[in-house]
Amino acid sequence: MSEPSGHALWQRRMMLAVLLTPALLWLFALIILPHVQLALLSFRERIAPRTYAASLMQYRTFFAEPLYWGVFVRTAIMSALATAMTLLVAFPVAWIIAKVARGRASSLLFVLCLIPFWVSETVRALGWLILLRESGVLPTLLVRLGITAVPVELLYHNATILIGLVYTSLLFMVVPLVSSLESLDNSLIEAAYNLGAKGPAILRQIVIPHAAPGITSGCIVVFMLTLGNYLTPNLLGGKNSQWFTELIYTQFIVRFNWEQGAAFGFLLLALSTAMVALGLRVSGQRFVDVMRRA
Amino acid sequence: MIASLPRPAWLRAATALYLGAFLLFLFVPLVVVAVFAFNNAPYPAPPWHGFTLDWFVGNAAAGRVGLFRDSELLGSIWTSVVVASWVTGLSVIVGTANAFLMERYRFPGKQLLSVLMLVPLVIPGVILGISILAFCSRLAELADSLWGLDLDFLRPGLVLVVLGQFSFVATIATLMVSARLKRFDRTLEEAALNLGASHAAVLRTITFPYLRPALIGSAAISFLMSFENFNTTLMLVGEDAPLTVLMYGRMREGASPVLNAVSLFLMLASALLALSLMRAGRRGAERTVNAAADAA
Repeated sequence: MSEPSGHALWQRRMMLAVLLTPALLWLFALIILPHVQLALLSFRERIAPRTYAASLMQYRTFFAEPLYWGVFVRTAIMSALATAMTLLVAFPVAWIIAKVARGRASSLLFVLCLIPFWVSETVRALGWLILLRESGVLPTLLVRLGITAVPVELLYHNATILIGLVYTSLLFMVVPLVSSLESLDNSLIEAAYNLGAKGPAILRQIVIPHAAPGITSGCIVVFMLTLGNYLTPNLLGGKNSQWFTELIYTQFIVRFNWEQGAAFGFLLLALSTAMVALGLRVSGQRFVDVMRRA
Repeated sequence: MIASLPRPAWLRAATALYLGAFLLFLFVPLVVVAVFAFNNAPYPAPPWHGFTLDWFVGNAAAGRVGLFRDSELLGSIWTSVVVASWVTGLSVIVGTANAFLMERYRFPGKQLLSVLMLVPLVIPGVILGISILAFCSRLAELADSLWGLDLDFLRPGLVLVVLGQFSFVATIATLMVSARLKRFDRTLEEAALNLGASHAAVLRTITFPYLRPALIGSAAISFLMSFENFNTTLMLVGEDAPLTVLMYGRMREGASPVLNAVSLFLMLASALLALSLMRAGRRGAERTVNAAADAA
């Protein structure tokens, strides 16, 4: 462009201000200030009606009460398990889409993988409820086949929760895996093969190092979504779900103990952030790149 | 092993088996939901009692209130549509403004701002919900104690639901529009400007037509993300429940095939949205895939 005159410069400044306003409003009013308020809530304690004092009591309660930190640890472990399982289920299909199937078969398979995620999570959970509950499709089928004498309750187990979580998370793993595997040059694999490398060696030395960014992106996103999930553990796990988001909901909405709920919220946020940071550190990636890819 | 290398028979068989199992895993839950919407029984469970449309058209006189007579369900669908329309409008406008801001301007703090814009995606939805809930009720308290104002819209309700969903859907819209704007050839605009077109005319006739697919795509994804949202919505909902929250409540009370009927309706609506996106995208499947992937 030509040398900007004074007027054009002023116009450009105005445009910048106009474009900055919605961005700043959005980020300050809906992200930054609400979290500041949440932090303030979590660091105070009610000492008399309508009177509060700064305190660490909410966090102390969390560590003093085995039920609370027990659920926290359980949620973290189950989320990690669900993430690992999602990776195991998604990797072969991503490999088939990226490397084995060709042309239309490959795009068709990819689209098929995406379809369930156009449907609400509520609907997906309903499907699993109908399949797994005691009077449901699978227990009935098991009786018909003579595998069990009476219908067994397949809901409310840890395994049920894990299956539901893996199902809900698949897309977020398949997409980054496919895009990172597609960028792997086939001739590298052919070369390794011609030089006598076997499948496992190729996988370990060529494929996984190349796909590492995709694997990390997928794992970070899946872990985070699983940790923050409410619907699937709650519906498929029933009373046994013991998911940390349920504690937050109880404190906030049922008991109206916002101070405690805010502290729980921050603990969950801290865990989620720590895992994201750890994932980035391990794979040596930048946050911005990972999020773009996801 | 890749297609160009010899694959032993057992590997082919294992691949086929795995794919079969995977697709079964993927689709059986959805198929089951659809099938039991037509079962002539009060519970969505086997055995099969024959085909019926009661769960769609049944009325109270028949003892079965179908989807189209269930005013509570229909009302919640409408609530979801209204919420999603607001979220979509806001997100696409703010997302487009953000895309121009980040792709066309340089200013101090830009790096920080670009990271901040991504942050909503890594905050669990439940926490977005409670933080906005806490902040808005603090604002309402302040307005009340300072000026005696009763700001009802800051209490849990649809306004907060819209704000809560918008807080992270805006990030997705920003990413989608930015990705396309980044690939735009600026010389087209410069040529038009050199030929005497005004800035407004250039935007209207060159830049926006180029951005159209991204705008349509991000609108569709925003609508879908809002319509399907549960976590954030649950924390902010007031008396009018959007569809996902109402369905959740009913699922906890007990199963009824009406829920299957409404689910089938949702599946068809999503499929329709996906198909029209593919047609709008012209490049067919590829772009829709990208759009859906961006939703991740």
